[in-house]
Amino acid sequence: MDNDLSPQDKKDLDKFIKFFALKTVQVIVQARLGEKICSSSSSSPTGSDWFNLAIKDIPEVTHEAKKALAGQLPGIGRSMCVEISLKTSEGDSMELETWCLEMNEKCDKDIKVSYTVYNRLSLLLKSLLAITRVTPAYKLSRKQGHDYVILYRIYFGEVQLAGLGEGFQTVRVGLVGTPTGTITLSCAYRTNLAFMSTRQFERTGPIMGIIIDHFVERPFPNTGHMHACDYRATGEEDGVGYPGVEDSQEVCTTSFSTSPPTQLCSSRLSYQPPMPGAADLCYPAALNSTNPHQAEHGRVSSCPPADPGHHLSGSPSTGEDAETLSRSGEAKTACRPEALETTFTRKVGAFVNKPSTQVTTTGLDLPFAAFAPRALNSEENDPMVHPPESPTTASPLHGSLHSQDSVDSAGQTQDDFVMVDFKPAFSKDDLLPMDLGTFYREFQNPPQLSSLSIDVSAQSMAEDLDSLPEKLAIYEKNIDEFDAFVDTLQ
Amino acid sequence: MNCRSEVLEVSVEGRQVDEAMLALLHTILLHRSTGKFHYKKEGTYSIGTVGTQDIDCDFIDFTFVRVSSEELDRAIRKAVGEFKEALSNSGSDGMGQISLEFYQKKKSRWPFSDECIPWEVWSIKVNVVNLANEQERQICREKVGEKLGEKVINIVEVISRHEYLPKMPTQSEVDNVFDTSLKDVQPYLYKITYQITDSLGTSVSTTMRRLIKDTLAL
Repeated sequence: MDNDLSPQDKKDLDKFIKFFALKTVQVIVQARLGEKICSSSSSSPTGSDWFNLAIKDIPEVTHEAKKALAGQLPGIGRSMCVEISLKTSEGDSMELETWCLEMNEKCDKDIKVSYTVYNRLSLLLKSLLAITRVTPAYKLSRKQGHDYVILYRIYFGEVQLAGLGEGFQTVRVGLVGTPTGTITLSCAYRTNLAFMSTRQFERTGPIMGIIIDHFVERPFPNTGHMHACDYRATGEEDGVGYPGVEDSQEVCTTSFSTSPPTQLCSSRLSYQPPMPGAADLCYPAALNSTNPHQAEHGRVSSCPPADPGHHLSGSPSTGEDAETLSRSGEAKTACRPEALETTFTRKVGAFVNKPSTQVTTTGLDLPFAAFAPRALNSEENDPMVHPPESPTTASPLHGSLHSQDSVDSAGQTQDDFVMVDFKPAFSKDDLLPMDLGTFYREFQNPPQLSSLSIDVSAQSMAEDLDSLPEKLAIYEKNIDEFDAFVDTLQ
Repeated sequence: MNCRSEVLEVSVEGRQVDEAMLALLHTILLHRSTGKFHYKKEGTYSIGTVGTQDIDCDFIDFTFVRVSSEELDRAIRKAVGEFKEALSNSGSDGMGQISLEFYQKKKSRWPFSDECIPWEVWSIKVNVVNLANEQERQICREKVGEKLGEKVINIVEVISRHEYLPKMPTQSEVDNVFDTSLKDVQPYLYKITYQITDSLGTSVSTTMRRLIKDTLAL
């Protein structure tokens, strides 16, 4: 097979494949760093930009890639894979996608290596740049920071897709035929994010800037090979602790089974921390009630997507001031939808003057969400859930704002997770805590305006008649004005 | 030769038209631009480097990658702006199509002007919807973002078929294949045209205008 290929061509081809593999890894990892990537075009060729593309080389990433390759090249049966996963501050992790650079046996003997193959590899890298911004993990990675980080792992050999859960999708980035085989680049990504509703990843720290650092990091077998897609800081260890989703999901399931409001309140109360202000106490307290098994992958949609209202049950009641602080302190989560956030603070309802300390929820308090046009919303916005009485609504709910987007994009096939972040009028009203129906009934028959009502007893006919001559005199005086007015009407 | 033609369809809200068009057109141009060619004496050439940039959309939950070239961006924005204006000036129907055509010039003898032979045409059909409330707009943000993602995947899939591309030209022919007027990148020769569909469904085409313009311009 290689007889047809000249030694120089073979050497070139190997070099191209090697650098293509390294650049592929760079593009993928850089796309998951959580920030926008920008590089400049240069009209004068420097000779060091492989495939005529300005792709930076992060040394650590190159090092990891070379280590994984260990001197070999991707070939038939030897694929190079980049696995992207998400790790929360509690140590839970979940594989999001796996990018595979593979080679199959279909050869294209006639193709010119130094020219056509090179240009097609360049085109494939451009396609990779475009596709890396399209898969669901991109949005998640742009919002990483406090609550979770994105990790990557490079391995060589057989492709392992089992960790992506059921129903994962595959997108092919492209393929390039070479004389020794066809290079294919594809991505398999998880669609089932049911285990952890992504909203919880946007929850900000529950308190006043205290960093909870005594959470136990659960050891995961692959963690040793995992690397953070974050070169600004070691994001992982900064994780602020807060009750895991397991608690809230448990609350979810139990409270939704019967008449929700009372259940909800009582179960929420059970999570009130013993000492307000002691967020660190709160965390372990909540953890104790966690069912460790719920941390497993594939905890599925039997539990409706973690209603944000229940997240807040686990948050410390010191929430009030904390939320505002933690909201502002959320800077590290590179939250793109600032527009959303401002929308949130502005639009709380048609006539609400929201006190700054009180945080209103989004997905929680939509009593009429069930009647919203999209049936999809009814799952997450339990119509029976009332706004919380105590202002312990926590920032996790804010988080829901940001995560809505990501979940929506991820939940393509999962109807459960199309969460829409909107605030219809009357949804939450701090001044008049009532729902739309009550409001309507109450104000359906307002009293008449006093200026419009004729109070018979106050005025008699005689008085009317007496005032007539005066009125007539005035009108006669202004007769010209009236005439002019009539003229304009004609 | 046969001209390859691809059609993409999107439904967007009025304020999303610009960004949706930019996203798709830039994605296509990313794949159809190279670095600047520098011809050397022996007839060989070297190619400059193309940089890329991530652009976040304001009205759509989407990020796209474009070539780092302000000149190219300006040209595309101008064309999209004209399209958007034409769309809003048309009837309430809000349907139109913007086409990105890649062509090669073929020199003809005097008095005939050069021919423009298209080899790839991308048509993006746009349907502008009006939304009633904020809730719908929010849903639209996300849905359009997903749709654009699907379109990008479609574009990439077509590109990866590696069908006809013009041969790399010699120095004298480079202007027949590439647009060499930009200083930092070199896209294949392209033109952007649009058509607005009025409410009767007939297309008020700019084709005649384009034909005349081309004949005169060359």
